[in-house]
Amino acid sequence: MTTLGWTLADSWTITRRTLTHWRNQPGLIIFSWFFPVLMLLVFGSLLGGAMDLPDGQSYYELLVPGIFALTMLFGLEGTMTAVTQDKEKGVTDRFRSLPMSSAAVVMGRAIADMLDTLIALAVLVGTGLALGWRWHEGLPKALAAFGLLLLLRFALLWIGIYIGLSVRNAQSLTVVQVLVWPIGFLSSAFVATSTMPAWLGTISQWNPLSAAATAARTLFGNPDASITTTWVGSHSVLMAIISPLLLTAVFLPLSAHRYRNLSR
Amino acid sequence: MTTQQVIEAADVRKNYRGGTEGAGLNGFDLTVTAGTVTGLLGPNGAGKTTAVRILSTLLEMDSGQASVAGYDVRRQGAEVRRRIGLVGQYAAIDEVLTGRQNLTMFGRLNHLAHAKAAKRADELLEQFDLVAAAGQAVGKYSGGMRRRLDLAASLIVAPDVLFVDEPTTGLDPAARLEVWAAVRQLVSNGTTVLLTTQYLEEADQLADRISMLKDGKVVAEGTPDQLKTQLGSDWLDLVLTDPAELEVVRRLAEPLADGELKIEGQRLSVPVKDRTRALVVMANSLHEANIEPEDITLRRPTLDEVFLHLTGSKVAV
Repeated sequence: MTTLGWTLADSWTITRRTLTHWRNQPGLIIFSWFFPVLMLLVFGSLLGGAMDLPDGQSYYELLVPGIFALTMLFGLEGTMTAVTQDKEKGVTDRFRSLPMSSAAVVMGRAIADMLDTLIALAVLVGTGLALGWRWHEGLPKALAAFGLLLLLRFALLWIGIYIGLSVRNAQSLTVVQVLVWPIGFLSSAFVATSTMPAWLGTISQWNPLSAAATAARTLFGNPDASITTTWVGSHSVLMAIISPLLLTAVFLPLSAHRYRNLSR
Repeated sequence: MTTQQVIEAADVRKNYRGGTEGAGLNGFDLTVTAGTVTGLLGPNGAGKTTAVRILSTLLEMDSGQASVAGYDVRRQGAEVRRRIGLVGQYAAIDEVLTGRQNLTMFGRLNHLAHAKAAKRADELLEQFDLVAAAGQAVGKYSGGMRRRLDLAASLIVAPDVLFVDEPTTGLDPAARLEVWAAVRQLVSNGTTVLLTTQYLEEADQLADRISMLKDGKVVAEGTPDQLKTQLGSDWLDLVLTDPAELEVVRRLAEPLADGELKIEGQRLSVPVKDRTRALVVMANSLHEANIEPEDITLRRPTLDEVFLHLTGSKVAV
């Protein structure tokens, strides 16, 4: 087989490792797929009554795309945890001592995590539809929205790998996990940034999560007041393309550097 | 192939910036002959793991030369990795996967075809007595079983050199025996092994040659017997029934002593040069003085004494 052939074969072996984890511990992974559903239901019923959307629309019209984006963010934790555990337990060292392709370790992880996100997203779409959320601009635009969300997840993958390789042990991850929540709240995931106090809205609207949420709403035809009231909001699709690419451009090389630095 | 050097390291140096991550190497030299077990013995922080990580291409050295199986560790890492097996300090296996799933995965990553990886997994499960637990998640394995699976995983493709880093640290005595048996079996199959350990007994039991490491440098090297001989003298041990006789016996033994006598309770240890003569003379003197010792034995110095002598620091026994 060629080098590229082996890289792909090795990547698939690493991906299959994660799929086997799912098979061996189905409860754990199924719970993780339903966690976003739980958030959707909790925040939907918690805040839904207090929300005043134009034309008496359901809060789910705004919230569902927000939870989509939030699910991308929470995927980061899974990536980080997996990478840190492998490093801590010596599994990464074993991979590095094998004649396998070193890119495959990361590629396998990436494929597995994207599959994981795809399933979580599918479960969430089903729930959203059941709750009355709809896309109103046709299937192609809806697919484009899902594409942008997955692009964000892809960018967060590299942040996850970078942090996962950087922290000393699994305990330090807790700190990172706690920080994920404020990042989720400081975005347009739950409310349009234009409804926030000006300073907070400004911070939140530049959050890559907001770009993804607002862009998804734009493409789905769901309400988000910032689409018409702010510059970032009206350019959200562009932002949702640029910000993940920027993040990837920064964190992909950083991750590769970290991985190589394991030998220093 | 008979006397081929499979590991050659010369003046390897490694300094950790920041310091806390691990012990550095400070002019480390090592040669390992094919088909032997070499023990790298030293206390915590001597640099054993650093040496193994450098030789197995996981870590870059600052300066020096090292080759494994004829390939330069620095420039031909991929070639080296094709010919080594590594059993790290922690059992580096996937805890969620079963024993069989682990071995099949590592088989695939060693680029065996599916069927061959499965077949090899079965052979190794058999060899390491893990057939009954093959379908169980590794998370449920005992420490000894994990270690054996770890060993099995590094033998999927028969390696030219197997690195085993502190295989029994943290294991209970029974599990330690299990792992020793597994390592002995490898050796009987002709695998070259570089074993690090902080246990003298382990090095004495398993290794053909021992390199004693202190502060990142090999301070002594040889077979266990040679190292014991390096201390110069053998010991004549006398255990007395009556502590009151100690002083008399000490005076009788003094002319035979080649160095300082040691007294521990009712035991008198006399360093001697000419073993047989010392034993005969001593036995005669005791007989004439009408003293009946509980025990009188000749012994070589223990590795423990060698280590203490050479490094001034104690190793776990």
